[in-house]
This record gives sequence, C-alpha cells and structure tokens, in this order.
Amino acid sequence: MTVERHPSETPSGVRRFAAPFRYLRLVAPLPIGRDAEWAVPEEAPDERLRAPRRRVLPRHAAVGFIIPLLILIAWEAACRSGLAPRNLLPAPSAVLGALYDLARRGELLGHIGITLFRVFFGFLLGTIVGTVLGALTGYSSWWRRLLDPMLQALQNVPSIAWVPLFILWLGIFEASKVTLIAVGVFFPVYLNLMSGIQQVDRKLVEVGRIYGYSGFALVWRVLLPATLPFYVTGLRGGLGLGWMFVLAAEFMGASEGLGYLLIDGEQTGRPQIIIASILLFALLGKLSDLALVSVARHYTGWQDSFRAASEKQADVADQRRLETL
Amino acid sequence: MLQISGVSKRFEGGRGASVAALERVDLAVARGEIVSLVGTSGCGKSTLLRIVGGLDPPTTGRVRVAGRAVAGPSPDVGFIFQEPRLMPWLSVRQNAEFGLASLPREERALRSEAALTRVGLAAFADALPHHLSGGMAQRAAIARALVTRPSVLLLDEPFSALDAFTRISLQDHLLDIWREDRKTMLFVTHDIEEALVLSDRILVMRGRPGSVYREYAIDLPRPRRRADPFLIGLKESILDDLDLAAAALMAAGL
Repeated sequence: MTVERHPSETPSGVRRFAAPFRYLRLVAPLPIGRDAEWAVPEEAPDERLRAPRRRVLPRHAAVGFIIPLLILIAWEAACRSGLAPRNLLPAPSAVLGALYDLARRGELLGHIGITLFRVFFGFLLGTIVGTVLGALTGYSSWWRRLLDPMLQALQNVPSIAWVPLFILWLGIFEASKVTLIAVGVFFPVYLNLMSGIQQVDRKLVEVGRIYGYSGFALVWRVLLPATLPFYVTGLRGGLGLGWMFVLAAEFMGASEGLGYLLIDGEQTGRPQIIIASILLFALLGKLSDLALVSVARHYTGWQDSFRAASEKQADVADQRRLETL
Repeated sequence: MLQISGVSKRFEGGRGASVAALERVDLAVARGEIVSLVGTSGCGKSTLLRIVGGLDPPTTGRVRVAGRAVAGPSPDVGFIFQEPRLMPWLSVRQNAEFGLASLPREERALRSEAALTRVGLAAFADALPHHLSGGMAQRAAIARALVTRPSVLLLDEPFSALDAFTRISLQDHLLDIWREDRKTMLFVTHDIEEALVLSDRILVMRGRPGSVYREYAIDLPRPRRRADPFLIGLKESILDDLDLAAAALMAAGL
C-alpha cells in the first residue's frame, strides 16, 4: 500500500499557523491580512540568545600563576597581621625558610630524589604490565572475558589495603613501595588502552586491510596510532595515581622521601614541613605531567580535538575583531 | 577484466537467522569500461562491491579480476569509500603512501608526488586531514587508491557526502583520471545523474535480496552534457525502474 501525497495536499492549516506561532511570544503585533500570513516579521535578534562574547583575556601560560600568587600574598598578609595562628598555619615565608633549611643541610634533594625514584620505577612497572594486559584484552574478546572481571574487581581495593601484604611479601624496602605504586599506575593505563583499542574506527582498520596490512603491521600502522590519545590519557591518569600511591608507600616505614618528610613534620609538630612537602608534591606532580604531555603532544598533535578547535576559533575571532577595528 | 559469476551473499544473524543480501549476480566488465550500479538502499550494491574488493567473501559464486580469483584485498584493485577514511595522524603525503609500505623510500615519494599532483593536492602534501575540506579529503583518498596502480577501481558512493558543486568537479576529475590510463571502474551510486554522466553501462539493481534488474548502455562520448535529452530520457526510465522496485517492496510488506 502506498500513501502518496502531492505537495499541495499538505495539511496547510497546520503549517500556516505553525510558522507564525513561533513569533507570537517574541513579536507583537502579529502581521495582519492574508498575504501577511507567511511574511516573516523583520525582527531584531534577541540579544539574550546570542552566543556569549569571548572576553579578551590573555591566553598566556602565565595566567595559571595569578590565583596561586594572590593566595600566597593573602596568606602571608594574614600571618603577618596575626590573623592566623602561627603554630597552626605558618606563613609562606616560614615554609620557604624550612625548605631552605632542608636544602642547606643537604636533606631536601635526598627526599625528592628517592620519591622520584620510586614514582619513576613504579610508573614504569605499572605501565608495562598495564600496556600488555590492556592490549591483550582490547584486542581479543576472549582475553577480555578471561581477565577483565577480575581486574575490575581488584581496582576497587583501596591502596592502603595492599600495604601490609606487600610488606609481608616484599619486605619494607624499595620493592614493596615500587610495587604498590605500580598497582596504582596499572589501572588507568590498562583501562584506557583496552577501551581505546575497542574504540578504534573499524573503517580505518578496513583501509589497512585493503592495503594488505595484517597482524603486527596492522597494529603498528593503524591500531597503535589510533589508540595513542586514549593511551596518553591512561598514562597521565596513571602518573597521577602514582603520586598518590607513593604517599601511601612512604607512610609505611620509610626513612626518606617526601611522604616520610610529611609524617616527620606531623610527629615533630612542624606544620611548615607538612606544608612544604605538600607543595613539593603538587610541584613535582605537575612537572612530571607536563613532561609527559610535552612528549605525548609530539605524537598526538594530529588530533582534531576540542582544545585545538577552540583555540583555532579564538584566533579566528581575534582576527575578526582586528578587522572590524 | 572483471567477472562476477553467480555471486550470492547471506548474512548470518544471531540464533540461526540469516538475511539474503544478494541473489545470483552475474556481471562482466571489460577492460577500461566504467560500469555503474544504481539502486535503492538495501539492494546489495555496496555488498557486491565489497565482495569484488575482497573485503567480504561471497556465500556462493566467484569473482575474477584479470583472470585471477579474488581471495582478499589486492593491490591490483583500488577501493574508494564514501568517506575519505584518511588516517588522521598522517599527512596527506603519508596517507597517499599508505599502500606503498613495501617500496623503497624514493619510489614511494615519486609515486605519491605524482598521484597528489594528479588530484591537484601537491601543495597540501604536508597538511593533516582535518585541515582539508571534504572534497580535498576525498581527492586525497583517490590519490591513495591510485598510487598502487590498480587496474580496477571500485568506488562506493564516493561523492555522495559532498556538496553539488564539489561533486560535479570531482566527477569531471575522475573522468580526467580515467582518460589517462583507462582504468576499469565499478561505481556504486544512488545519484542517477552521476551514473549517466560517467558510465558506459548502468545496471539497475533492486529487490531483497538484490539482483540486477535492468541494464542500460550509454554510447555517448565523454564529457557529456548533463542536460542531454537522451540522458534525461534515460533518467526517467531508470527512475521508473526504481519506483517500481519501491512499490513492489511495499506491496510485499517490507
């Protein structure tokens, strides 16, 4: 059965009223008369509906320092004026002084060095295992069914819960600490790589097949590059967790490291030491992420991402603004 | 050049259900011939092209290219998809060289340079795909298909995602390429005008499972005028064929 409708048979009543109805609330009075039915009133665009105008703000990386600097100034001022109790919240200058003290006695580099060492090797180990298992479970649904449920369950175990077990198995020295960090790094790397591989565009894989790629060549030329953005996300998440797990690791019987420094500051009643190690964690975490991102950008710069697009758009907008001036 | 004999295709669904997509298709394409497959969606024309390209195996029947049975993708058969399908992480040049991995570097560079010049993209060789317009990206995909020097080009609605002007200019472009070395082309499209302007023969496919319903030979020299009365007459006729097909499907309650 076919239902054919000539254009003139469209239920014109509906259309005739439907179109002007949109303007009913916006424009008054309605155009009157038969010919005016389809006349679209010349309306001024509603300013409220416009896309918000981009503010002219500097886009330099230094912008990120504005708020921390303001906080530091306010904090120092609060301490100097006696508004904040000095024994609970030491002034930034006192924190700097404590850091300088540690540095002068040659302890600071040791603490930073051993923490960096642990994070680095934990990150390395976690990344290797996460990459192997993530690739396996992403590529083969059989391996995914075999391994993924167990790994997802283990992911929910809090980091501290591993501590006694690892000490028991691996001793209180570096092996147990590096392993704990590796566990933290493992999960984001594993999960992102697995889902990244599964999300690779089947159409690109097909192009690979057309040009005779299979097996390792297909992985190297198509799957790996297509997965890289997900993998980098996993690595960054893993590194972040690595920095969290290093603290847990250094809480358990360490005699050196930023985590130890923090505990030491607490036990000896020196809040400036606690704050100093927190700031060092923030600084080192950010720097290591920056290093990772700048290496990764070299390989993932092709992405047509939101970030790239929005920056491009901003440039176009600037251009336009210049032209209208 | 291209022989399709008795090709049928069934897709196995879950729980033993299966859908017939193609029913005993026979088709021979001579060297240098451009043949279009037109038909409503779901008539199996893309399925047929994928089988010819070695991407999917036929359920029955066989396909021969230059006398050799198709068992998988081959460098002798180029495939151009509806979407450009460029690797977004490779430059235009690297994309063009994608099918040449086994050749030495100088040879690759020579071939990709020639292909990109041929499609008018030499100036964009170092651009990334997301900087290209839709038409440029599709031209890059054509360059990628040309570098392996296939004797058969399979095109699966290659211009359907482009705007009308770009589409017409790329159709002309394809004819230019064809004029140079007379590649055999099998062209799937749902744009009847496109088929009329390009092809030596048009095969109208219809039905579920699809089969070749009617064949039109167009013995006009190229380039052809789109407003040619003969072509307009053919268009009417093909549209009738397809409308009948649609009506028959509805009557069958599909």
